[in-house]
Amino acid sequence: MTLKTLEPILAKHPLFNELDPQYLEIIVGCAKNVRFKEGEFILREGREADTFYLIREGKVTVDIYVPHLGPITIHTVAEGEVLGWSWLVAPYRWHFDAQAIVATRAIALDGKCIRNKCEENKAMGYELMKRFSSVIVQRLQSTQMQLLDVYGIRQ
Amino acid sequence: MQLLDPMLPDQFLVKRKVNENKDTFTLTLEPLEKKSFLYQPGQFNMLYMFGLGEVAISISGNSEKPLPLIHTIRAVGTTTKAMQKLKKGDVIGLRGPFGSSWPIIQAKGKDVIIVVGGIGLAPLRPVIYYILAHRQDYGRVSLLYGARTPEDQIYLNEFAGWQEKLDFFTIVDRASKKWNGDVGVVTRLIPKAKFNPSNTLAMICGPEVMMRFVSLALQDKGLIPEQIFVSMERNMKCAIGFCGHCQLGGTFICKDGPVFTYKEMKRYLELREV
Repeated sequence: MTLKTLEPILAKHPLFNELDPQYLEIIVGCAKNVRFKEGEFILREGREADTFYLIREGKVTVDIYVPHLGPITIHTVAEGEVLGWSWLVAPYRWHFDAQAIVATRAIALDGKCIRNKCEENKAMGYELMKRFSSVIVQRLQSTQMQLLDVYGIRQ
Repeated sequence: MQLLDPMLPDQFLVKRKVNENKDTFTLTLEPLEKKSFLYQPGQFNMLYMFGLGEVAISISGNSEKPLPLIHTIRAVGTTTKAMQKLKKGDVIGLRGPFGSSWPIIQAKGKDVIIVVGGIGLAPLRPVIYYILAHRQDYGRVSLLYGARTPEDQIYLNEFAGWQEKLDFFTIVDRASKKWNGDVGVVTRLIPKAKFNPSNTLAMICGPEVMMRFVSLALQDKGLIPEQIFVSMERNMKCAIGFCGHCQLGGTFICKDGPVFTYKEMKRYLELREV
């Protein structure tokens, strides 16, 4: 019997597109399939950030709790996108909540495991850092646009 | 023969007023005297509140059934705030139609991607109606709509119909947990649109900063500036290229626009100040 690995799935994800197969093999060792029910919290603000997720199917809201207003959704993450980068930067704590708003399938990657592998293999660490920087920059640019409130009335 | 004076408004009767959201409303207008009115999707009229002021408003109805005229207006200044108080049976002045139009004929046989933000949906609704009425003439058609919040979205009762015949996606800048759609900027919807970049026309309407970023994102997907059309907004007064209020370099937005190719407007959209 052949044991199916997550390698082909990871290889197809935009984050790992054309990544050196040698690195991919290492990353697969830190990956597992996960499922979340509708309404289930995936991340909680303030808790240890030790995992990130590649969403395969479903939709997740990234929320911030505002006193008197309740949770406000600032971003949604769906198929083909990445959820979570606080695992990459000390003090490794989530800054937001994340909740599956429909049944969601994802690949969970153990952040601690990947950090350790990157310490051992600096070239792989650099490659992953470049790829995550791109995700972070895109998210930051989106947030800047949202802050501009371009659809609001100019005073 | 008496020549028509483009500066002279006709009287139009308010037949209906619908509130789209807290500051945006739609007026249905019937001419008191005129028997016909022809316009192309993308053109605008000058609406006149007698004794108060005149504003340029895009026509947002079905150009193949031009009367009654439909205008969706956001109450932002003195004149539009007064228009918000209009009731059925009131009369306003109207001059038009003016300006250039969206490339609906040029787009036939092609994929079409429509990207709108906020009230930018209104000037493109005639294009949506036209495409829906001639659906077989177009390839894949994607409509990407960004709004500030779910409560700010307009034309909600038409969404189901658009979803049936178009690849229609919406996104909002922020939302409460009651919303289960996408949250983020409108450019994030572009990967969802399926189109062949070599045979596609894009039509964009919204705030200029949004049009700039959408145009850049579409160029990243393989479109060239000649394939991208934008609708520009400036303070229009005469609407016939005389007064210069809406002049942008050597271009009069009212007469040469408001619809331009991104190639024509690129240098202005990328300028810090004009």
